[in-house]
Amino acid sequence: MTILTFTLLLLAGAYLAGLVGSLTGLGGGVVIIPLLTLVFHVDIRYAIGAALLASIANSSGAASAYVKEGITNIRLGMFLEIATTIGAVVGALIAVYTPTNTIAILFGSILLFSAAMTLRKKNQGALLVGSNFANKLKLNNSYPTTNGEVSYRLKNVGAGFSIMTIAGVFSGLLGIGSGALKVLAMDSTMHIPFKVSTTTSNFMIGVTAAASAVVYLQRGYMEAGIAFPVVLGVLCGAFTGSKLLPKMDARVLKYIFCTAIAFVAVEMIYNGYNHKF
Amino acid sequence: MKKILSKQNLADHDIELFIGLQLRFGVLLSSLIVLTGGLLYLLQSGSLALPHYQLFIGEKAGLKTGREIWNGVTAIKARGIIQLGVVVLIATPILRIFFSLIGFIIEKDRLYVGITLVVLSVMMFSIFGGLKV
Repeated sequence: MTILTFTLLLLAGAYLAGLVGSLTGLGGGVVIIPLLTLVFHVDIRYAIGAALLASIANSSGAASAYVKEGITNIRLGMFLEIATTIGAVVGALIAVYTPTNTIAILFGSILLFSAAMTLRKKNQGALLVGSNFANKLKLNNSYPTTNGEVSYRLKNVGAGFSIMTIAGVFSGLLGIGSGALKVLAMDSTMHIPFKVSTTTSNFMIGVTAAASAVVYLQRGYMEAGIAFPVVLGVLCGAFTGSKLLPKMDARVLKYIFCTAIAFVAVEMIYNGYNHKF
Repeated sequence: MKKILSKQNLADHDIELFIGLQLRFGVLLSSLIVLTGGLLYLLQSGSLALPHYQLFIGEKAGLKTGREIWNGVTAIKARGIIQLGVVVLIATPILRIFFSLIGFIIEKDRLYVGITLVVLSVMMFSIFGGLKV
C-alpha cells in the first residue's frame, strides 16, 4: 500500500467515524482506535495518539457551538476538570507500564460500557433541591429550553468528582474522551439534566485529552502521517453529523451502531486476550 | 426579567461567547495547518510505500519536541508542518483555560480563579513535568 492509498482510505474511515460518533453521541475517538488497529493493523500506541487528537478536535469544534447557546455549565466543567486532568496525567503515567494487550482488553470493556450507556434512559428532569456543597461551589445554574430558562440544582458532588477522576484515568490510559463515564457522573450521580451533562462533558473532553496528549506527544505517539487524515476526517465527519442531527431521527442508527460497537469491543477483548496487539 | 440579570451573568455570557470563538478559531487554524502540511506530504511522498505502522518506533522517529517540530516547519518539511498543526490543536483547549481564568478574574470570582489555577497547574505539570518516561 502506498502512502496516498492509506491516507485516502483512512480519511474516508475517519470521516465515517466522526459522522457516526457525532450522530450517536459516542464521539469520534472511540471509533478511531478499532479502525486503526483492527482494519489498518496500526500499533495501538499510534492509534491512541490519533484518537486523542480526534477527541480534542471533536470536543473543541462542538463545544464552540454549545457554549454560545449557554447550555454548557462552565463553572461545573472547570471544577470537574480538576478531577479529569489529574486522572488523565495518572492514566498517561500508568500507560507506560501497561502491556498493550491489557490496554486493548480495557478498551474493549469501556467500549461495551459506552454502548450500553448510549442506549439507557436519560435524565430529563431538573433537580429542585441541591446539596449545600453544590451551592457553595456555585454549581447550580439554568439552561435554555424550548419552554424558556430552566433552573437546576446538583447533589452528590463528591461522588461525581470521584467518578470523574476515574474517567480521567481511562481517558489518559486509552486515549479516548470517556464521555460515557463523564455523563454517568453528571447525569446519573449528580442529577444534572441530560442536555447540560452531555454538552458540559463534551466541553471537558478537550481539556482532559490535552492533559495526556502533551505527554503522548513527547513519547512519540503522535505520528504525522496518521494524524493528518484522522484529524481532518473526524472534523469533517463531526461537522456533517452536527448538521444532519436536527433533521433526522438518530434512534434507529443508535441501536444499529451500538450493536456493531459491541461486536468490535468483543473482538478487541478477544484479540487482546490472545496477545495480538 | 432583564433587571434581575446581575452583572455577573452578563460577564458570564461575554466570556462564553469569547471562549466559543476561541475554540472555533483554534480548531480551524490547526486544521488549515494540518491540511497544508498533509497536502505537501502527499505531493512529496504520496507514492512511497507505507511506513511500518504496525511497529511502534516512538521517540526515535523525532518530531516530538518543540524544537524538532519548529526545525521541521522552517525547513518546510511536510511532517513538521503537520505536527505544528497537532500542537496548535492540543494548545486550543489549554488556551481556553487561560481565557476562563481571565474571565473569572474580571468577575472577581476568587473561588473559581483558584479552581482554574489548579487545573492550569496540573496542565503545566503535564507539559513540563518530564512525564514522558
